[in-house]
Amino acid sequence: MATTLARADYRTRLQTILPKLVLSPSLALILLFVYGFILFTIYLSFTDSRMLPSFGWVGFENYDKLFRLRHWSVAVSNLAIFSTLYISICIVIGLALAIFLDQKIRGEGVLRPIYLYPMALSFIVTGTAWKWLLDPGIGLENTMHLWGWDSFTFNWIKDRNNAIYTIVLAAVWQTSGFVMAMFLAGLRGIDNEMLKAAQIDGASNFQLYRRIIIPQLRPAFLSAFVILAHLSIKSYDLIIALTGGGPGRATEVPATFMYSYTFTRNQMGIGASSAVIMLMTIAAIMIPYLYAELREKD
Amino acid sequence: MSFLKIENVTKSFGPVEVLHKVDITVEEGEFLVLVGPSGCGKSTLLNMIAGLEEISSGEIYIKDQPMGGVHPSNRNIAMVFQSYALYPNMTVAQNITFGLEMHKVPKPEREAALDKVSKILQIEQLHDRKPGQLSGGQRQRVAMGRALVRNPDVFLFDEPLSNLDAKLRVDMRTEIKKLHQNLAATIVYVTHDQIEALTLSTRIAVMNNGYVQQLGTPKEIYDTPANIFVASFIGSPSMNLIPASVRMEDGDCFAETTNSTGDVISLKFPNPGEALRAYNGKSIILGIRPEAITDPEGADRHSKNIQTVKNTAGVIEPAGSDTFVANTLGGAECVARMRADAEVHFGEIFDFAINMDKAVPFDPENENRII
Amino acid sequence: MAVASVETSIRTGSMTRVFLYLVLILFSLFYLLPFVVMVLNSLKPLSEITGGNMMALPEVWTVEPWISAWATAQIGIEPTGLSPYFWNSIKMVVPAVAISTMLGALNGYVLTKWRFRGDTIFFGLMLFACFIPFQIVLIPMARVLGLTGLAGSTPGLVLVHVVYGLGFTTLYFRNYYMAFPTELVRAAQIDGAGFFNIFWRILLPSSGPIIVVSVIWQFTNIWNDFLFGASFADLDSQPMTVALNNLVSSSTGVKEYNVHFAGAIIAALPTLVVYIVAGRYFVRGLMAGSVKG
Repeated sequence: MATTLARADYRTRLQTILPKLVLSPSLALILLFVYGFILFTIYLSFTDSRMLPSFGWVGFENYDKLFRLRHWSVAVSNLAIFSTLYISICIVIGLALAIFLDQKIRGEGVLRPIYLYPMALSFIVTGTAWKWLLDPGIGLENTMHLWGWDSFTFNWIKDRNNAIYTIVLAAVWQTSGFVMAMFLAGLRGIDNEMLKAAQIDGASNFQLYRRIIIPQLRPAFLSAFVILAHLSIKSYDLIIALTGGGPGRATEVPATFMYSYTFTRNQMGIGASSAVIMLMTIAAIMIPYLYAELREKD
Repeated sequence: MSFLKIENVTKSFGPVEVLHKVDITVEEGEFLVLVGPSGCGKSTLLNMIAGLEEISSGEIYIKDQPMGGVHPSNRNIAMVFQSYALYPNMTVAQNITFGLEMHKVPKPEREAALDKVSKILQIEQLHDRKPGQLSGGQRQRVAMGRALVRNPDVFLFDEPLSNLDAKLRVDMRTEIKKLHQNLAATIVYVTHDQIEALTLSTRIAVMNNGYVQQLGTPKEIYDTPANIFVASFIGSPSMNLIPASVRMEDGDCFAETTNSTGDVISLKFPNPGEALRAYNGKSIILGIRPEAITDPEGADRHSKNIQTVKNTAGVIEPAGSDTFVANTLGGAECVARMRADAEVHFGEIFDFAINMDKAVPFDPENENRII
Repeated sequence: MAVASVETSIRTGSMTRVFLYLVLILFSLFYLLPFVVMVLNSLKPLSEITGGNMMALPEVWTVEPWISAWATAQIGIEPTGLSPYFWNSIKMVVPAVAISTMLGALNGYVLTKWRFRGDTIFFGLMLFACFIPFQIVLIPMARVLGLTGLAGSTPGLVLVHVVYGLGFTTLYFRNYYMAFPTELVRAAQIDGAGFFNIFWRILLPSSGPIIVVSVIWQFTNIWNDFLFGASFADLDSQPMTVALNNLVSSSTGVKEYNVHFAGAIIAALPTLVVYIVAGRYFVRGLMAGSVKG
């Protein structure tokens, strides 16, 4: 190969070099801004950086501090509650809506975009809307009172123990339609002849879904899980807009924790170590998934 | 001076060699067909001639110029692809003249060339259409037009007929053959269809597992296949391969095998060579084409070596012009090709006329023809 | 629409169907309610909101909150309304979308039609970059923007969004060009077209749908971004989302809910319009980002 290239004509040489030349800016950007930065943040997490990066090596001290911080354990357990509920509710609603919509529903063309449009909104907009809907003084609670249901209370957003569930509610509102679309695509890909065969075999609709259709949606379940898990670990905007992490620390999650420790509390070393933990969590979910997806392709 | 010379060419993907030391020389005006099952390396070889794939070792010459490192567009070749590869966003006229445009041929010349080619292929009325608006046969013509307009030294065809339906395929086959005869073009043509290979070519290279199994004229390939692979790949139904053994008696050489009832059948070779005589007492595989096993009335009258044997007729398949009769020789399933009106019935003992002029012996170990 | 291919052959009884429609309509109310109520209340004077029912139609219809949100509302310390930030967002989104889509298209072209040893590794690196939590790059990014003088500027934000959008655009174009027949590229090579000629003349004219998908995806994501805007922008470059958050969560003075809603709708409008105009491409983008291929 090397010998043929040596006496190659101008065109041939150009076409062996050009593709790599074209990729190189992207490669450089990604290597520096993604992987270089990741390494830099990992490095910082082992230093005594506070307001600015500094390079005094402190070993695992930041991680040690991090895991002993009450603030961090609150953030982690909030994330655990949030992501468990968020993922499972989204999948249940998404699957149910998809199955319902798949029954030759008249007006599907109208309903589907209604379910999906919140996905086009910014989390900040979603947060603004729900913050006010959930506000007991003027939102839902007030409306119910005005309509004569005086005993109705819905003040979770002001309540330390329940505030995290309001985040779940708003997040489900935003993304469950998207999960519906994923399941619907999966349902539409199922071979109808097989369903007819099963009906002739005497399967009821319920059995049909439980035994034949839902098991075939495995790839859609997997994708939905991965995407939702990834979204929930990254989610920052919604919490800022809806509760700002409060009341108190009731809705603090790792993403908000990282931001406040790094940029407002001047504990950059600890902020960096929390970011590393977040990355590792996402990597543990994404890498096997991406690996499997890429291998299927080749 | 040879026109296209493939010299000791190999192709490896990493440690795996997929094409082994191929040597083929093509003269001007020849129609060479590379034929073989999928994965035999024929398309890889064609792509290497085109310059679309790198050669791992060896060299390809076109008009005595080494092609290593020469860009496909500078080789003065043209190629017709299996999918036709028409540019979907361009009209037929743009498709045909794109190559000229890329070679900076001035517009008036391009249009003259377009008109000339369109006339040959009768596609003048299609100039302004997009490929999506054409039928399969029309696309095929446009793809050929794109190749013709370049007036190349060598035409390369990569299974160009395999996407057409059966009838159109036969028609286009005839057209390609006409084109070759009218233009005296040099063509390398890849196909997996052995009938296409036999009908179109002046020479055939039968390939398997990255080796050229045999290179020769269609008649050579058909009558004297170099080995069992070629024998069974070329011809339909394929050649009968009958386990037998060689016996010498009074200077005559016989192949001995058994019929369906277990009786020994001796078939005399008309002109046994030294090599065959040396197999005395050993087993061989006897290759006999279906048309060389017939009913006695249907046997070739010019042949002096017709031998009649008794055997049980198996399944009968009338096929219009012929009737195929299954039977068993030496334990192997065989097919006889009889006249359409041969009076033969399933299960009866029947006289089979075997034309030993057409019999080909093979070595059962290395599977090569015994010459 | 990508989803609407074949209808199921499952039959349902009429009682079940009533139930189905009921559930489906209830859910559509759930999804519509927040936005509809927001629109209604953005057209009321403030007194009707604080003293009245949010579900009620406005007694006095007014566009005052919209004008205020756009032009005069207090954001941070300046009473500028959202309009300067709207233009900030536009100035950031347009180049970022254009550059990342262009680079993604070229990457996809090379990765499918000019394959070389190690291209899968390259693609894997790009793909994983789509999914990193951005917190991991915030600190070094702030440093680099500071050192290069791009901190707080629109070009700085454009750079950030190009870098972190590149993985997705590359993914889209790679998956799209995978299905593009390689024989066409070979035919063009034999015809004498070079690397860029093949791209411009052969691939790009057939890339309309995927360009739309990529542009919409990038537009939506960059327009809706908050984290990078909040971290790296200053007053002259702050995007819409950050300004909206400042408007809504400012603690000084009376909370003008109607103005907040008008502002939120203004901030949502560009992406909503895109969604309404090109919904099916939007869905395709979402799908491609989740189920690859």
